Amino acid sequence: MTDMPHSNGADGIARDSHGGKSLLAVDARTRKRNASEARFRLLGKIAVAIGVLALVGLLASILSSGLSSFRQTYIDIEVYLDPAKLDKEGNRDRAQISKVSTFGYKPLIEQGFMEAIEKSGVSLDGISEKEVAEMLSKEAPAQVRNFVLADVERIGQTAPFEVLAGGRIDGYFKGRVTMESAERDRNVSPAQLELADRLREAGVVKVRFNWDFFTAPDASDTRPEAAGLGVAIIGSAYMMLIVLVLSLPLGVAASIYLEEFAPQNRFTDLIEVNISNLAAVPSIVFGILGLAIFINFAGLPQSAPVVGGLVLTLMTLPTIIIATRASLKSVPPSIREAALGVGASKMQTVFHHVLPLAMPGILTGTIIGLAQALGETAPLLLIGMVAFVREYPAGPPEGFFDPAAALPVQVYNWTQRGDPAFVERASGAIIVLLVFLVVMNIAAILLRRRFERRW
Amino acid sequence: MSFMKLTASTLAISALAATAAQARDNIQIAGSSTVLPYASIVAEAFGENFEFPTPVVESGGSGAGRKKLCEGVGENTIDIANSSSRIKQSDIDNCAANGVTEIQEVRIGYDGIVFASDIDGPAFAFTPADWHAALAAKIVVDGALVDNPNKMWSDVRADLPEQEILAFIPGTKHGTREVFDENVLIAGCEENGTMAAHEAAGAEDAEDACMQVRTDGVSIDIDGDYTETLARVDANPNGFGVFGLSFYQNNTDKLQVATMGGVAPSTETIATGEYPVSRPLFFYVKNAHLDVIPGMQEYVEFFVSDEMAGPDGPLAAYGLVSDPELAKTQEAVANRTPMGPLN
Repeated sequence: MTDMPHSNGADGIARDSHGGKSLLAVDARTRKRNASEARFRLLGKIAVAIGVLALVGLLASILSSGLSSFRQTYIDIEVYLDPAKLDKEGNRDRAQISKVSTFGYKPLIEQGFMEAIEKSGVSLDGISEKEVAEMLSKEAPAQVRNFVLADVERIGQTAPFEVLAGGRIDGYFKGRVTMESAERDRNVSPAQLELADRLREAGVVKVRFNWDFFTAPDASDTRPEAAGLGVAIIGSAYMMLIVLVLSLPLGVAASIYLEEFAPQNRFTDLIEVNISNLAAVPSIVFGILGLAIFINFAGLPQSAPVVGGLVLTLMTLPTIIIATRASLKSVPPSIREAALGVGASKMQTVFHHVLPLAMPGILTGTIIGLAQALGETAPLLLIGMVAFVREYPAGPPEGFFDPAAALPVQVYNWTQRGDPAFVERASGAIIVLLVFLVVMNIAAILLRRRFERRW
Repeated sequence: MSFMKLTASTLAISALAATAAQARDNIQIAGSSTVLPYASIVAEAFGENFEFPTPVVESGGSGAGRKKLCEGVGENTIDIANSSSRIKQSDIDNCAANGVTEIQEVRIGYDGIVFASDIDGPAFAFTPADWHAALAAKIVVDGALVDNPNKMWSDVRADLPEQEILAFIPGTKHGTREVFDENVLIAGCEENGTMAAHEAAGAEDAEDACMQVRTDGVSIDIDGDYTETLARVDANPNGFGVFGLSFYQNNTDKLQVATMGGVAPSTETIATGEYPVSRPLFFYVKNAHLDVIPGMQEYVEFFVSDEMAGPDGPLAAYGLVSDPELAKTQEAVANRTPMGPLN
């Protein structure tokens, strides 16, 4: 009542029946109350501002160091697949040809690169042939070898390739490596960077969108430019699938029983307390449990999404149960009573009336639980998923048992590598993870907005 | 739709799947984070050049890796443990108790430990005695053991630059710390006579007394990895970090390295033994798995082959100091010679 408008009396002055004081003349106590409200509002604004600043700072730092991972430097070369080197016998026998290791392909690619430079008319002043060869990614021989092994008849032809440039060259075009840092860096020389500049003008070297970042597997410390999230995305997808398929029905069944059917007694109270407790247990504890039960006792394989999924299911279940029970509770009793009143059984009441009305809340809780599970690393540490994995897991369901990484694990792994180029990759992976989380949370909000009914 | 039915069927499926876990066809490796980069380079090249799948390499620390190796024989246990320190008798006993009787010890090369600071700071030339005098909890001043009073490097030795002492050393769970203790603190302790003073003062274990570092904020334990140490050195231009040689070689644009005993660390000086702070790196192979896991023998042989671990191979290029006795290791690996008792 402190800011009552000016319309209280005909003369513009309102008087109360007791003291005869004007409401418009603000007294000391009212002033104090007003001031304290203003202070509270200000504090609230400051709190929001700090939160927003922290978020902006975090996003800015991640985006500034991570966005560049979505672009990558490539070199266009033509490689002559020399039969004298790749197929000495000349019989195009794949088993024989596969004996030629990537070390054998390296000279062919280096030769192709030199020819591409010559053709473009770029001068090679002040740079040794060895330095030129070092500008190519170490991934290139593997790429050409796989191309040859896919069809051995191509030996003897000259094939065009788009190979990766080395990590330091790539870093130069992204501003991570400068001429000054190259002076002091033993892995790159200013002459190489100058040549890279000239080659880019000539169109041999180009920077384009990096699809491989989403599809390629992890790479070792010597080739950050080739590292991608492919295996991690598949691993995370498999785990989320397992979590969804197991925790949604289990969680919903448990909460329906507890909320609608179970008698209220000490035992169910105990269960309720335990479920709330489980929701707050540190996630690493579930990892220890997973190691003991699923790997050591049940004999499931290490590093496999099935174990990760089961562990994360245990972690997500309490969240889903709590959300489901809350949304079941929020369905008004009149709905149940009306259904029972027209002769529905208890189960019909629940499945035909209560559950559909509670569904938006349940789905929201599930998505939030899944999002939490998607970002979890600690429990995966103990079950061997924090690992260097390069093989794509097979399609489901066999793939659930193949080794795989996960998105947050990939971030963790990359931040530990020595080459600074992995910092960019890690930030890029964080962006991908954030995008997944934002999409899931938006889906949760949309579901709620669309289907939620207020009573 | 019935949630009960759905639940029952998913449970049944997962139970069925659990019993039908198929034979493993990939090699599982775990252990030291120092060996991890080398192991992943080899694993990658192995996957590219052989018809076997790329091995899965986990990190987690040398001790944890050896413990996992010794958990038993079977497809849900790992095949190879990477280790930046030698296996301990307790590990061997643990292995034997769990039925892991034959283990091969494979030395892949040596790793140098370097002392590096911000690239824009002054250059340093250390001896182990300097580091002991700078970081030890107690040092000898005027013939008496006192709490370390040194604040500046110039207090330690007059010809060192006048820079605040601040060191980021590996935490005690790291294998690197053992080498640091052994080759720097204890060696320095002996060199500057503090060891003798400890013994004279009746210390029960003089070596242990030498290893005690001061707790007044000058020496900071880093329990994370080298990237964390680098971040700390970046933030404190006065700070010195303890790094592996390969990590330093990847960050020569940010770090400068100090000499130790007059020798600059490089793969050459470490190979000849002139640079004093280095250690061998190992991996341990569970022989019982060699004929069960496809490609395991090939992987082990490929790891120590000249084209990978030799002085011109990719591991040496990344910072591993190749073992002069590699040929011996190759022969032992080909014969699957299990390791004898520790000496």
